[in-house]
Amino acid sequence: MKYLRLRSKIDNWLTYGLIIVAYIVMRLLIAGGNISSTLQGQLVPITAYIVMAISLNLTVGVLGELSLGHAGFMSVGAFSGVITATLLTDAIPMTWLRLALAMLVGGLFAGIFGFLIGIPVLRLQGDYLAIVTLAFGEIIKNVVGTIYLGYDANGIQVSIENNTLQLGEGGKVILNGPKGATGITKLSSFNAGFILILITLFIVLNLINSKSGRAIKAVRDDKIAAESVGISIWRYRMMAFVTSATLAGAAGALYALNYSAVDAGKFDFNKSILILVFVVLGGMGNIRGSIIAATVLTVLPEVLRAFDEVRMLVYAIILILVMLVRNNKTLRQLFQKIGIRRRNSLSNNKEGDET
Amino acid sequence: MRKHMKPRFYLTLIVALVLCLAMLAGCGDKGTKKADDKQAETSDDAAPIKLGGIGPLTGGAAVYGIAVQNGANIAVEEINALGGMQFKLNFQDDEHDTEKSVNAYNVLKDWGMQILVGTVTTVPCNAVGPESYNDRIFTLTPSASSPEVVEGKDNVFQMCFSDTNQGIAAAQYIQEKDLGSKIAIIYNNSDAYSTGIYEKFSSEAEAKGLEVVSTTTFTEDTANDFSVQLTEAQNAGADLVFLPIYCPPAALILAQAKDMGYKPAFFGVDGMDGILELENFDTELAEGVMLLTPFVADATDDLTVAFVEKYKDLHGEVPNQFAADGYDSVYAIYEALKDSDVTAETPASDLCELLIGIFTSDDFVFNGLTGDNMTWSKSGEVAKSPKGIVIENGVYVGID
Amino acid sequence: MTFLSHLISGISLGSIYAIIALGYTMVYGIAKMLNFAHGDVIMVGGYMSFIAMIYFGWPPLLSILFAMVVCTVLGILIEQLAYKPLRAAPSLAVLITAIGVSYFLQNAAQLIFSANHKSYSSVVPFGSLRLFNDRLIISGTTIVTIIVCIVIILALNTIVNKTKIGKAMRAVSEDKDAAQLMGININKTISITFAIGSALAAVAGVLLCSAYPILMPTTGAMPGIKAFTAAVFGGIGSIPGAFLGGILLGIIEILGKAYISTQLSDAIVFAVLIIILLVKPTGLLGKKVLVKV
Repeated sequence: MKYLRLRSKIDNWLTYGLIIVAYIVMRLLIAGGNISSTLQGQLVPITAYIVMAISLNLTVGVLGELSLGHAGFMSVGAFSGVITATLLTDAIPMTWLRLALAMLVGGLFAGIFGFLIGIPVLRLQGDYLAIVTLAFGEIIKNVVGTIYLGYDANGIQVSIENNTLQLGEGGKVILNGPKGATGITKLSSFNAGFILILITLFIVLNLINSKSGRAIKAVRDDKIAAESVGISIWRYRMMAFVTSATLAGAAGALYALNYSAVDAGKFDFNKSILILVFVVLGGMGNIRGSIIAATVLTVLPEVLRAFDEVRMLVYAIILILVMLVRNNKTLRQLFQKIGIRRRNSLSNNKEGDET
Repeated sequence: MRKHMKPRFYLTLIVALVLCLAMLAGCGDKGTKKADDKQAETSDDAAPIKLGGIGPLTGGAAVYGIAVQNGANIAVEEINALGGMQFKLNFQDDEHDTEKSVNAYNVLKDWGMQILVGTVTTVPCNAVGPESYNDRIFTLTPSASSPEVVEGKDNVFQMCFSDTNQGIAAAQYIQEKDLGSKIAIIYNNSDAYSTGIYEKFSSEAEAKGLEVVSTTTFTEDTANDFSVQLTEAQNAGADLVFLPIYCPPAALILAQAKDMGYKPAFFGVDGMDGILELENFDTELAEGVMLLTPFVADATDDLTVAFVEKYKDLHGEVPNQFAADGYDSVYAIYEALKDSDVTAETPASDLCELLIGIFTSDDFVFNGLTGDNMTWSKSGEVAKSPKGIVIENGVYVGID
Repeated sequence: MTFLSHLISGISLGSIYAIIALGYTMVYGIAKMLNFAHGDVIMVGGYMSFIAMIYFGWPPLLSILFAMVVCTVLGILIEQLAYKPLRAAPSLAVLITAIGVSYFLQNAAQLIFSANHKSYSSVVPFGSLRLFNDRLIISGTTIVTIIVCIVIILALNTIVNKTKIGKAMRAVSEDKDAAQLMGININKTISITFAIGSALAAVAGVLLCSAYPILMPTTGAMPGIKAFTAAVFGGIGSIPGAFLGGILLGIIEILGKAYISTQLSDAIVFAVLIIILLVKPTGLLGKKVLVKV
């Protein structure tokens, strides 16, 4: 037991170390002016996706429930964050504070949504739970796309389905139905993304290694056994689900405030699936794997631009091949023969259900 | 088994990651280096001016991006064949997505783009416009039509009508020609373009005293079945259905109206163009459909005929309005620059100020496929007159 | 009368969902995987029949047959190349692979057939049925869609319940290991399931495009997701459930549009789904999973 704890501690420090080293390398590159606009422009989305992947891993890997609607929480966080940041433009001149508040509000709203959605969702199991998260994701996309929200001297105005805003002089529309939010003041920065990742890691790793975390994993592995030793299934499932939603909301705010325009259609089923791919590829329950997979798969389509029109076809083939190589014994051995000899190292083995 | 495999797998992943990053980090250097080399080789005026293009080349909206790319490429080839000023077009995919669109923009910046032709679709354009505004890169969007695209950005110009103008023009046209007394509207409320036109149209129709009896919507995800929308229009007694939407759903609406035996007049906007060019389309369905559009492929003026022929030769398809917009955008930039002494070495920001000056000057008038005597306002919107078109016997015919 | 015509539109749309959902549910029942590439096989079916009818000039029935053959081969190919190597892998790995296959099919279709939309000619040779002095008009495609859907469901039920291969399917779906011990060839059974599912996808593609005659590389994506929802709605793994779920989904979608809001019709569909699942946590006709302690 002592050995295991030590090992998980070392493992966690490795994860923090990876992020910090990556951050320092990027900072050095930027300081040296050796970085392409392409890579620099991707830094913030990469950090946002890393947080998304870690947070989804909490639901899928640690809690063991398939969620197909994670982008919905990102959407809630993104739009509540944008609204917060825009409303506070005059009140708070410091951009970092406004960004922090936006992420906080984004996280808060997504957390509330996570709780409300969790009430029905967590009563279900397996693929039925998955389909309900998908349904909520689609509902959020559909509804957010019909909201008009603006403000003027007299306060905030909201209308749904039809644009009936009657804004006075100096009023500004923040959410414009299907056009989404436009003319956003960009606040996000690589530093903010880095800090958000650290906070996320801190929350998630501590949760996993805490008493609650062990309870969550016990629920994942055997609900009945867990219940029989007095673990409240509902409470721990909800804890993981809401934490996951909150972090996704903060990431959504970070993501949205990195662009001048964002629309509800962005956070669709495909986005949820994309994040799920990060998690599965990185390894269920494996936080470091999620970080690496999110980075690689976000950068990959840009690297593939050299392939022109067959770019996305190549992307699809790579995705299929990686899944096959990773999960098929014969193929894996084949790769092993031609590949580098594997090292024995202290690696984490948090993977639960896929041995 | 798994446990043992994991280190190796991560090693591979990390190696892949490092390679990816190295390639990306290297890209910028290589890009500029290559450009430097080229400039060194041909220091005379033959070095091409770098045009960037952004639009969806994959995914659901690919049809529009590819059309713009094809049209713009034809223009570049023609211009380069004339000798004199040379262009090079680098067109990048954005999958109709804001994030990918900004990525594409950064890729082009690394490449050394001097002028941007893009982006093709509205929402990505709202994300890219502020970037090019900050970087001072002249931007002419072929087809992003929302007023927010140009709002507050002196360097962003539109080649297409703005949604506002289209909505107003359509209402005016319907009123002047007395095309219908009871109007039904079916629009796509998950689409910025469609919603933009609808909003202006409905307020203008109210101002003009047109009676709108039914307004229904659909979304990208429910663009299959229109029986409900059509039934509602029919029950409300609408004799004119206004369709501010693209041609694929419009074609569905026409087919389903026919199945229902509902025969109102249909009135479309420029997104409807291309309906007759849909492969295997039963043109009978579109008989009598009216639309306001700046471009139709079977116009008989020399410019259009030559363009359509060339496009068919190259791509085996009839060009739609997006292709024409792409073609016009490149030519408008060419017309603006041809008498100047700009070269591949002129910084993008100098080009930007120069082009803004030319585009907003009173003497700059552009004649292209999508209209004659086009001029641009300070805000970046184009002024051109839409043509009223009616489909008769399977061909487009001018109404006037 | 308006209500009746909405209802018929709903049943017609629902019939298409039902046929697609059957493909999902059969594969899930046997292979325990969510085959997200199923929607794109529908799109391939649409293109194949389009090519046969327009480019080769073949009659509609032959074109449908051609589409079914191509899709069957494609389905078996996908199963052999992408899914079979993952038989022992966790189900999520297979899910992601299926998504990769879906991306692949969409992008390949765009490269092969171009992104331009194609206008599909209905395979139904006769016109609309007019009732009550034209107050109720039912299109020929609607009638054929509903009939085909009923025929398919009856045929499938017979196959699954009355034939030897059907018995094998049920056995594999019940307990893979036990079935293998009884001498059932698991791989063959799964391949046959994929073959049937893909052939159904081709039929669904033809009907979908006949009813909504615009064909593009993403044609199958949204109906695919909706049909997947329908399959879960009815209780995934259950054939009558897929039928019921599909029809209900179609009706709810159309009636939601007609009487509540055209803007929020998708939200309504999914909200109803959530409510149903709360009342019946394994879908309408799904088996209740008993957990052994």
